[in-house]
Amino acid sequence: MPSNKSVSDAPITQFVNCRILRDHKLQREDLWVREGRILDPEKLFFDEQGYADKRVDCEGSIVAPGFIDVQINACLPPSGGYGIDFSQASDDVSSGISFVAKKILEHGVTSFCPTLVTSPPAVYHKVLPQVKAQNGGQHGAGVLGFHLEGPFISEEKKGAHPEQYLRTFRSGGIEDLAEAYGSLDNAAIVTLAPELESSQAAVKELCQRGITVSLGHSVANLSQAEEAVQNGASFITHLFNAMLPFHHRDPGIVGLLTSDKVPAGRTVYYGMIADGIHTNPAALRIAHRAHPSGLVLVTDAITAMGLPPGRHTLGQQVIEIHGLHAYVAGTKTLSGSIATMDMCVRHFKQASGCSVEEALAAASLHPAQLLGISHKKGNLDYGSDADLVLLDDALNVRSTYISGEEVWRKGSREKKSAV
Amino acid sequence: MKLIILNDYDQASEWAAKYIRNKILLFGPGPDKYFTLGLPTGSTPLGCYKKLIQYCKNGELSFQYVKTFNMDEYVGLPRDHPESYHSFMWNNFFKHIDIRAENTHILDGNAADLQAECDAFEKKIMDAGGIELFVGGIGPDGHIAFNEPGSSLVSRTRVKTLAKDTIMANARFFDGDLSKVPTMALTVGVGTVMDAKEVMILITGAHKAFALYKAIEDGVNHMWTVSAFQQHPQTVFVCDEDATLELRVKTVKYFKGMMHVHNKLVESLNSESKKK
Repeated sequence: MPSNKSVSDAPITQFVNCRILRDHKLQREDLWVREGRILDPEKLFFDEQGYADKRVDCEGSIVAPGFIDVQINACLPPSGGYGIDFSQASDDVSSGISFVAKKILEHGVTSFCPTLVTSPPAVYHKVLPQVKAQNGGQHGAGVLGFHLEGPFISEEKKGAHPEQYLRTFRSGGIEDLAEAYGSLDNAAIVTLAPELESSQAAVKELCQRGITVSLGHSVANLSQAEEAVQNGASFITHLFNAMLPFHHRDPGIVGLLTSDKVPAGRTVYYGMIADGIHTNPAALRIAHRAHPSGLVLVTDAITAMGLPPGRHTLGQQVIEIHGLHAYVAGTKTLSGSIATMDMCVRHFKQASGCSVEEALAAASLHPAQLLGISHKKGNLDYGSDADLVLLDDALNVRSTYISGEEVWRKGSREKKSAV
Repeated sequence: MKLIILNDYDQASEWAAKYIRNKILLFGPGPDKYFTLGLPTGSTPLGCYKKLIQYCKNGELSFQYVKTFNMDEYVGLPRDHPESYHSFMWNNFFKHIDIRAENTHILDGNAADLQAECDAFEKKIMDAGGIELFVGGIGPDGHIAFNEPGSSLVSRTRVKTLAKDTIMANARFFDGDLSKVPTMALTVGVGTVMDAKEVMILITGAHKAFALYKAIEDGVNHMWTVSAFQQHPQTVFVCDEDATLELRVKTVKYFKGMMHVHNKLVESLNSESKKK
């Protein structure tokens, strides 16, 4: 039988006829999976005298680690189609997140952080406990934890967030967090503005609890941003958007990309919405060239992803879709995006001129490193979770796998193809 | 001996691979009749391995009923070290073909009792019925496997300390750092290889030319251990032009003149002779 069972009875799958992304290079190698994890075939051969039970012919596809989207808004029903907004308080947040989790499999996303924009405390207190971090599977992409974008953000840079629910740190930081959010057990990322008084204490507290702190929707100058980084902040929410523009005498948050005050051994990552709308390609290139290893592709996708032009709700706001643009109704303020992750990967590659490997890393390895989960996600190293996306040379998604099982294939409708 | 001279490395590799392929196919291996093959490592056989992989992938050749015995392995190098011979065989051969792990045999350089490991290896060869075809290379100092100059020509599998020449030749695999190269290895003996039914030695490149000269145009000598095969009834030396640079013109002309006969050995076999 496939192995001498000295280590495991579980079936072994060998993905053949593919190019895998490993060690930052696309290589002609087979990919071996057992029990939902990437297996070392050499060890299997020599230690267990094992071989594969099942072969999957990838037909020359690129096999990359499944994409990870750390900023994706979504909606709760009822609007149908894609009308799911987590921020609308509802008793059935779980089904809303499930709907989105399933849909994004088509874009190669295997793990995500459902994002809540600024909302009243009642919403957070109700919604947060409802959804725990969970593994993905046939039912949809895995939930890594909420991304709480607000309410501790700058009024000047609120973007599409509802002004009436913005907050400041009145009680010195920690108590405000509890008051606003309730339990933070299911939170993975919090976006806040570090110029807010007493915010640094909150930064420290959140980091100590293992929550990634991101700077965004802010008018902070570079020193305020650097202080936050020194206190543990490690991410910038959609770089360039909702922050002060780069100025050569005070680069603001953008200056973190080349700051010399970042503690040794730490990296500041930054989210980019590479949809061709939120950021001019020239700006994208400047950021990428200044700090390529920190770039994290995010969709910041909203309700509208997949919905027709017209009016829809995001949180407490109404938005309008025109083509690929989404605006706060009646204004020219951009409101999230309707890009999909695979679209962002393609656009990023084309706009920056980077290699296929770099484009894929920006959607998989870098977000995993940001969240401190790169020991099991975001790469195809032995022992990592077998969350995969199979792509053609133009980086269109052919199929998506979670824990070694196919969960979506192009051409299938709602149900997945049998393997 | 048969001295097969091809124009360049690629042609020599291909000739050798075809020879091995035909030998296996003509043997007609099956579940009760395994073909036992001795195998080398190093840069010389890489082209030959690539060709064999090709024949396997296009269905011409199966390794399902082939047992392999490697010549040697470093002592003390972790098995998963990228330069171990286990890694070499996995990356350059085993992972691309349809061979089962239990049919491959490589000496364990990390065994608790090294000599016992060597003795066990000899026994495995014996239990498999001996080696049908042992493929090997030659070092710049004329050694076969790690039977360094001074090795007994009737030696068996044992621990050997590597000669300076060998360590220098292998340093290129260890970032050019002599101190990183292992100093000892387990190796089949000259006698072990001599026991094989047939021996094929691959020799390519000008840097091997002097060793080839010493091996076939000079006497049998334990300082040039490949010379022992002058006393084997079935030896084939496969070379490229550069490897013959130190031979006498007469030798080269004689054997080149026989290429049309020798090439029959590598002709494509028709489908009736293929494996069952």
